[in-house]
Amino acid sequence: MGAPKKSAARVSEDHDELVRVPLQAILLADSFTTKFRPITLERPKVLLPLANVPMINYTLTWLESAGVEEVFVFCCAHAKQVINYLEKSEFNQPNFTVTTIESQNCVSAGDALRVIYERNVIQGDFVLISGDTVSNMSLTQALLEHKERKKKDSNAVMTMVIKRSKTHPAIHQSRLGTDEIFMAIDPNSKQLLYYEDKADFSKGTLHLENSLLADNPSLSLHHDKQDCYIDICSPEVLSLFTDNFDYQHLRRHFVKGLLLDDIMGYKIFVHEIRADYAARIDNFRSYDTVSKDIIHRWTYPLVPDVMNFGNTATKLERQGIYRGSDISQAQSAVVGPFSVIGSGTKIGKNTKILNSVVGIGCKIGSNVHIEGCYIWDNVTIEDGCELRHAIVCEGVIMKSGSALEPGVVLSFKVVVGQEFVVPPYSQVSLLQQPVEEDSDEELEYADSTSAITSTVDKSDGETASELLDGHFTPASELGFGGAGYVWPKCEGGHEEEWRHSVAPITEDKILEAVKAMEDELELIHDGSILPPSGELIPNPNDSDDDDNDDLRDDFDKEVEATFLRAVLENIQENHLTLEVNSLKLSYNKVAADCAGALFYAMMKYAVDLPHSSADGLVQNVHVVLTKWKKVLASYLNDTDEQIEVILKFEEICLESAKEFAPLFTKILHYMYNEDIIEEDAILSWEDEKKDADEADKVFVNQAQPLIQWLKEAPEEDDEDEE
Amino acid sequence: MPDVHTLVNEFLNQLKKRKIEGSQATAKQAAELLRSVISQQRLPQTHQATALISAVRAVGEKLIAANPVELAVGNIVRRVLHIIREEDLSLATAAIDGLELSAVSDDEDDVERDDYPVLSAAAVAAAARSTLRPPSLQTLLEDTPISAAIPHTSSSGGDSEGKSRSVDKSSRGRKLKHDVIEAVNELIQDISTCYEQIAEQAVEHIHQNEVILTLGSSKTVLEFLCAAKEKKRSFKVFVAEGAPRYQGHLLAKELAARGLQTTVITDSAVFAMISRVNMVIVGAHAVMANGGVIAPVGLNMVALAAQRHAVPFVVLAGSHKLCPLYPHNPEVLLNELRSPSELLDFGEFSDCMDSASGGSLHVVNPTFDYVPPKLVSLFITDTGGHNPSYMYRLIADYYSADDLVVKRRPATTS
Repeated sequence: MGAPKKSAARVSEDHDELVRVPLQAILLADSFTTKFRPITLERPKVLLPLANVPMINYTLTWLESAGVEEVFVFCCAHAKQVINYLEKSEFNQPNFTVTTIESQNCVSAGDALRVIYERNVIQGDFVLISGDTVSNMSLTQALLEHKERKKKDSNAVMTMVIKRSKTHPAIHQSRLGTDEIFMAIDPNSKQLLYYEDKADFSKGTLHLENSLLADNPSLSLHHDKQDCYIDICSPEVLSLFTDNFDYQHLRRHFVKGLLLDDIMGYKIFVHEIRADYAARIDNFRSYDTVSKDIIHRWTYPLVPDVMNFGNTATKLERQGIYRGSDISQAQSAVVGPFSVIGSGTKIGKNTKILNSVVGIGCKIGSNVHIEGCYIWDNVTIEDGCELRHAIVCEGVIMKSGSALEPGVVLSFKVVVGQEFVVPPYSQVSLLQQPVEEDSDEELEYADSTSAITSTVDKSDGETASELLDGHFTPASELGFGGAGYVWPKCEGGHEEEWRHSVAPITEDKILEAVKAMEDELELIHDGSILPPSGELIPNPNDSDDDDNDDLRDDFDKEVEATFLRAVLENIQENHLTLEVNSLKLSYNKVAADCAGALFYAMMKYAVDLPHSSADGLVQNVHVVLTKWKKVLASYLNDTDEQIEVILKFEEICLESAKEFAPLFTKILHYMYNEDIIEEDAILSWEDEKKDADEADKVFVNQAQPLIQWLKEAPEEDDEDEE
Repeated sequence: MPDVHTLVNEFLNQLKKRKIEGSQATAKQAAELLRSVISQQRLPQTHQATALISAVRAVGEKLIAANPVELAVGNIVRRVLHIIREEDLSLATAAIDGLELSAVSDDEDDVERDDYPVLSAAAVAAAARSTLRPPSLQTLLEDTPISAAIPHTSSSGGDSEGKSRSVDKSSRGRKLKHDVIEAVNELIQDISTCYEQIAEQAVEHIHQNEVILTLGSSKTVLEFLCAAKEKKRSFKVFVAEGAPRYQGHLLAKELAARGLQTTVITDSAVFAMISRVNMVIVGAHAVMANGGVIAPVGLNMVALAAQRHAVPFVVLAGSHKLCPLYPHNPEVLLNELRSPSELLDFGEFSDCMDSASGGSLHVVNPTFDYVPPKLVSLFITDTGGHNPSYMYRLIADYYSADDLVVKRRPATTS
């Protein structure tokens, strides 16, 4: 009786496949960061329990219920563990297949996608998600929108899912502990025009390109949107990653790269979800926030009492207390609201558990106080311990009377000695902090706004030295009978650790941040600096004027250094262009910025060359400009960029190299003759300056003869040139 | 049997992920699933009923665990178990009758029902008759033959057929399965037509120029009201919108489309309007054995308002909603808390939800209300109108006492 039915089912399946491509998903089971260290040294992030269920379960369950039929799980760090786990669990269903792809030498999401591209398994549109995302959104609408856009415009390669979520006004981070994201979205087409997740908040400004405003009749800027890291992608995305082998990070490189690169014209769109929930666990703070959201049932139906994986049923009681089966709890023990207690856990007398998650099979003694903690499976907590806002991994033993201060992370099987108090924000592991990043582990890369290479080198050096300082003090580090190493704090992390830890942000930190912000505001109002012209600075956040000198300087300095190196090492012109181009990309600059910076570098170099008189200086300028004009010219394709150069020149004359001031017209004329600057640019520059202050007009006035000459004899001019 | 296995898993998945909504749809799917479980179950030569029962139980246990709040699943599992028992019994009695006629004793029949000690065949039959088919009030009143009084059991024709074939064991095995599947089909049929049967009674309850109040949306209520409308009754309907899911809006739309005079009110206006209402008619999620009702959230309030103004509170429920269990702590244990996003916009409130930024906003969004039996005036099921205090008796007709706890027991094999 079974046979005919079975074959019937087969046939219908085959038929389905002929009609449409199954919806596929790529799940990255590796976040390629080190934010969850030390825990991730021993276990991959996606298998860490979230309200007693491994994170990847949430992601896979969602994918399945959202109608995805085929999931490729990409494993990198601890691939074996992930694969074993998936084999044991029952995710493979007839219409939902989970395939694992393993690769050991990937260090970024970009690498992972390139590997997947090589495998040639993706046939149509796919969902790109990382294994630490919790969502209950319905994909239907987003998919439909994506497909329709794709039909109309083959360049619409990606739809990003975003959700409104307010950021903290003082500390500029979202509930999830990630940095505030600025997005510019076309309100009609929902096209993403600008994406910035590393904005410099100390300045409170944001740089948008002119063209952005010029090309789009309307544009809405958001800073209260949360990036859900759920992307619906067309297959082109994979090939884009392969073509651009330097794309590593999905957002920082890929999204920004596409937005900046207008050659191919690829477009990214956004889909905003309202009632649905989606969030990615990026750091300890988001671990805390998402856990709370799950307990508060925002993720319904992905909540503990519904997602009863395995055979342990969890029941929801009043006040949001989730209880597994076989819990033995002393009568005097109190389990507070919004807590999850795993099955088989024993709770002793007078113990208080508030706002916490306790795993399966834990033993908690008497007079223990647990608040806001995440305690995983099989943890033993002896009498009289006190735990606040900590993460306690599997197999940890806390001897009697010990305490955890807020923000502590205890990795697997750590033993905290008697009466020992673990200081706030410490990270404790049985393993020592790795000195070098080895490729097996999740790698941190390009995580800073400053120069990529230099920082990484520095951080390595510092970590190493710190390790030596802290020296490998063994067991005694955690008191009598303790076992584990307290990891020395990483560079930079010291002041910022409170941002990403599980502990709630303390009042004084917020006050500090507010104060800092006020101070800055005052500072800004005092030294009213004009924004550099040619760039427009909208302020969605607050309305103070400011400039972005630091960032600008950084970029300028880099370009200058590159230029000097080029001069010294006699690097070919096109190589220099290439290097400047890469700087342009990494700093998110436009051609005008490059032209300005290059020009600045050249002038500086010219000044620094030995010269005796003004004529000598002009001579120097001539030499330098002639030699490198091709490089400069490649950034001077249109009038705006040339104006930028003139403006820069003005700036140089005014500020850094006053020697140039009297020579302004001369050099300008020379540049005109050399075709670096065109007539149009000079004229529009003059035009622009018409309404300016007298002080600003010094150089216009100086150049008046030249302008006059240009205006009067345009034809002759042309002949001259010819 | 991988095919059944996948079907079961699929249904389990749907239940777990709360993808099926509405007790009718769930009940129907559960019944269909159990039918295929039965049809694919290989039966041994002996203890066929036991084998079937344990197979259904094994599946049923999983189904109930997948969504304990959806009581319709448990109801259907128990109904099917009851059907198997009934069919087995009727076959056994038929067989015994036949055997008595030919004066041949057969031990098999005694062991067939493992619940009873080995007795003489006649004693088994008599005992079985008296325990499994207790004379219900309804059967006594209506004085109908037992097999007809209990719905979904095989017809008397089947009995006589069984009689003639009773000597042939293998054919009897097929017969049992066949009869059970027949009966389950009838059950499925019943579930899908329960609206009509309930709606038929509408004219008896809704009178000219009455004002009816309802809350939320229920297909049964919709059909009920429309049936009265079709019989040329003219009446007004107040629909309380049923926050936070506002299904009342859908009902109002549908009613208006069918030409009923409909007024939408907020849930909070119910008390103000109740004095003008002649009757409250609502649907239910489940009816418990004590006559208490698990109903969409907000109904307890409506029931209390109705009681205050002595307005009849009528609950419509198909027979698949009748649950043989007694509620214990129903507000919590038989409830489902849904996502707060139905109440609040996450984005707007995201800053007051973290304890980190000082806020501690909590949202409770229960799906169901428990209306105690004393607040219900009348139940209308597909078999007619009943008093809450009579529900336990009605329910006893549909279920075997042995099946109240659906837990797998080690199968007794010889």
